[in-house]
Amino acid sequence: MTAPKFIAGQRVRIADRTPPVHHRVPSYAKGQIGVIERVCGVHGEPEKFIRGDGKPAQRLYRVRIPQTKLWNAYDGTESDLLEIEIFEHWLEPAQ
Amino acid sequence: MSKPWGPHDIGGQEGGPVDLSDHETAHWEWQIDAMVRLALSKGLISDFAELRDGIEHLAPEDYESLTYYERWAKSLAYTLVSRGVVTESALAEKARAIRERQQAEAAS
Amino acid sequence: MTDHDHSRTFQADHPEPTTDAARVGLALRELLIEAGHYTADEEQAVIAAMQGASPENGAKIVARAWTDAAYKERLIENGGEALREAGFDIEPYEFTVMENTDDIHNVIVCTLCSCYPRSLLGMSPAWYKSSSYRSRVVREPRKVLAEFGVNLNDDVDVRVHDSTAELRYMVLPQRPAGTESWSEEKLAALVTRDSLIGTQRDLQT
Repeated sequence: MTAPKFIAGQRVRIADRTPPVHHRVPSYAKGQIGVIERVCGVHGEPEKFIRGDGKPAQRLYRVRIPQTKLWNAYDGTESDLLEIEIFEHWLEPAQ
Repeated sequence: MSKPWGPHDIGGQEGGPVDLSDHETAHWEWQIDAMVRLALSKGLISDFAELRDGIEHLAPEDYESLTYYERWAKSLAYTLVSRGVVTESALAEKARAIRERQQAEAAS
Repeated sequence: MTDHDHSRTFQADHPEPTTDAARVGLALRELLIEAGHYTADEEQAVIAAMQGASPENGAKIVARAWTDAAYKERLIENGGEALREAGFDIEPYEFTVMENTDDIHNVIVCTLCSCYPRSLLGMSPAWYKSSSYRSRVVREPRKVLAEFGVNLNDDVDVRVHDSTAELRYMVLPQRPAGTESWSEEKLAALVTRDSLIGTQRDLQT
């Protein structure tokens, strides 16, 4: 199993694409920039279960995004956060 | 915000007040739930992802008007028909028989 | 019609649904049982196991974390292993515990469907599966929490966790004051389902 591509604390961008199959990235998160909150385990790939056996398995990460970056006129504080799990092939390094 | 991909992709959309009342799970709903778990454990479907995929492909009107377990039922039926585990006609026939039985029992 | 037809759903105290979609589900069930894919007994066993799960399971984990600081650390560091120590296992899902503090309040959602750690919390509440909760709690968590009676001032950060893939979450609520001498059992009885999801913050003693 290959080493994780990203590390905790790293800035990443969530890809903005729409594959024509089941995928687990909510539209509100696509194209957003966040920080890796933790490196999670390796799991069967949801997009690939529809046509096959979920392989190759993919590394999962938790990504943290400030709520004020996600929503216009967010009514909470600057420290409020949203955290989601994203698979490695949906992430790219960001500045 | 990117365009929602399907009727399930609703995070961030507007909505009404949350209905806090709790509903007891009906017996038939437990049976649908058990059927999904058994379909997985018996290898009729390979992963929960298949079921979610089926639900995501429901027409938006269906997604919104069906109840939670009705969506699961339709999704599993769609998936097992596509996989050839059951046929559409056998399903329709059986559903009709159930309907007739229910109507007969209601009348008696 | 014989009365040995185990595939029949109808029982006097279990009303049947009468919508087309639900009937399709029941029809599918009968076909699968008739074809021998599973038996009514296996179905009963699965249902009994599901019905046996309740928030009392999660509450036990919370009470242990409150009384055993080292366990709490392990629970937050590696939820799955700490869970197995307590006799539960939800693999392949990754059990992940989010601790509430004076400065942080956590709340869980699955916006895309309704993923939920059922073996620790029992059946998910109807509102957790609802469109309004799923769509709004990521966007306006403080407002949604207020609808549940949780009013947070700006000193407290709100963290929303969207269960989008293989993690399953439980909130570790704060231990109420005045419970220092309590047994684990008595502490566990304080813990509510909603406090484990994050739609309740303060537990009543």
